[in-house]
Amino acid sequence: MSDAGGRDWEDSPERLYVITGGRSGSSVPATLDLVTLIMARSGPKPGMQPEHAAIIRLCDAPLSVAEISAYTGLPVSVVTVLIGDLLAGNRVVARAPVPPARLPDRALIEAVIDGLQRL
Amino acid sequence: MDFRGSEQPAPAAGPRSEDALPATAAAAVKVVIVGGFGVGKTTLVGSVSEIRPLTTEETMTQAGVGVDDTAGIGDKTSTTVAMDFGRISINEELVLYLFGTPGQERFWFLWRGLFEGALGAVVLVDTRRLEVSFDVIGRLEERGVPFVVAVNSFPDTPGYPVDELRAALDLPEAVPIVMCDARERASSRDVLMTLMRYLQTLATTREAS
Ligand SMILES: Nc1nc2c(ncn2[C@@H]2O[C@H](COP(=O)(O)OP(=O)(O)OP(=O)(O)O)[C@@H](O)[C@H]2O)c(=O)[nH]1
Ligand SMILES: [Mg+2]
Repeated sequence: MSDAGGRDWEDSPERLYVITGGRSGSSVPATLDLVTLIMARSGPKPGMQPEHAAIIRLCDAPLSVAEISAYTGLPVSVVTVLIGDLLAGNRVVARAPVPPARLPDRALIEAVIDGLQRL
Repeated sequence: MDFRGSEQPAPAAGPRSEDALPATAAAAVKVVIVGGFGVGKTTLVGSVSEIRPLTTEETMTQAGVGVDDTAGIGDKTSTTVAMDFGRISINEELVLYLFGTPGQERFWFLWRGLFEGALGAVVLVDTRRLEVSFDVIGRLEERGVPFVVAVNSFPDTPGYPVDELRAALDLPEAVPIVMCDARERASSRDVLMTLMRYLQTLATTREAS
């Protein structure tokens, strides 16, 4: 749980509203999961919104939506809107997470077991 | 170099270079660690993670962001909920993320996308407070999220036979129950391994039927 008090403009709903231009996470493609890996196609361009530029810099190597949220200090719903913009502008690519839990592929689970065994 | 800004907090830092994923990383999966207050979720995530655990947050209304908010953006009773997570690179292409839920249970199922697409969950329990797990086990079953139960042992934890725990938690025979020490990397790794083997069994059963 994060602390309730002591938050100012940095985390205020007003600031987050400004960053996303008032859009909420629901307008974002449903394909963006917490663990979708995002990778920049090229470096940030001058004149970009600072939050967009920050994400592009972070995604120099593949990085999950959750990690982007952690490093930018922005809530996941805000980060997904921003990534949605970057996807629409062809600035980043999203590598889709592996399909849903319901039918985990046996080969996938096997790979995870192999990986854990090497830990 | 310019040191004039040094009294300012560092700007949004990125991953340390040694924490960067290889460009070949193409897919990621997630596992959710649930359990009551102080049961060791953060400890478990931290002990197996290859990166120092990070914190992600989400803004939720009382009704819950993501649960179609018919109330619209007018609802200002929002709360910020934080969740810590870690990462394990499985191989050059595949990455496993572990999410440790925050103490307040009422937020677990409101966090959009947390359980959706998760491979499964680990229910971490403290035998001194089993009752906090009843509700979450029910909800995981309802949603069809496969899970295993890991019993975290604290110094004054009474040792119960697994059968008694199974009965107390009303768990089907098939659901694995393992003992663990969340502070130990190998022990936490074994918990994840138990979950993966269980998923393997489920997949096999499904194929056979
Ligand atoms: N003896 C023992 N202590 C543990 C174990 N796991 C965690 N602890 C201790 O228990 C305390 C709480 O652990 P956390 O990992 O913070 O628990 P949590 O579930 O993340 O707690 P909340 O996020 O507040 O709900 C810490 O002081 C840990 O060092 C364990 O396996 N054995
Ligand atoms: Mg914790």
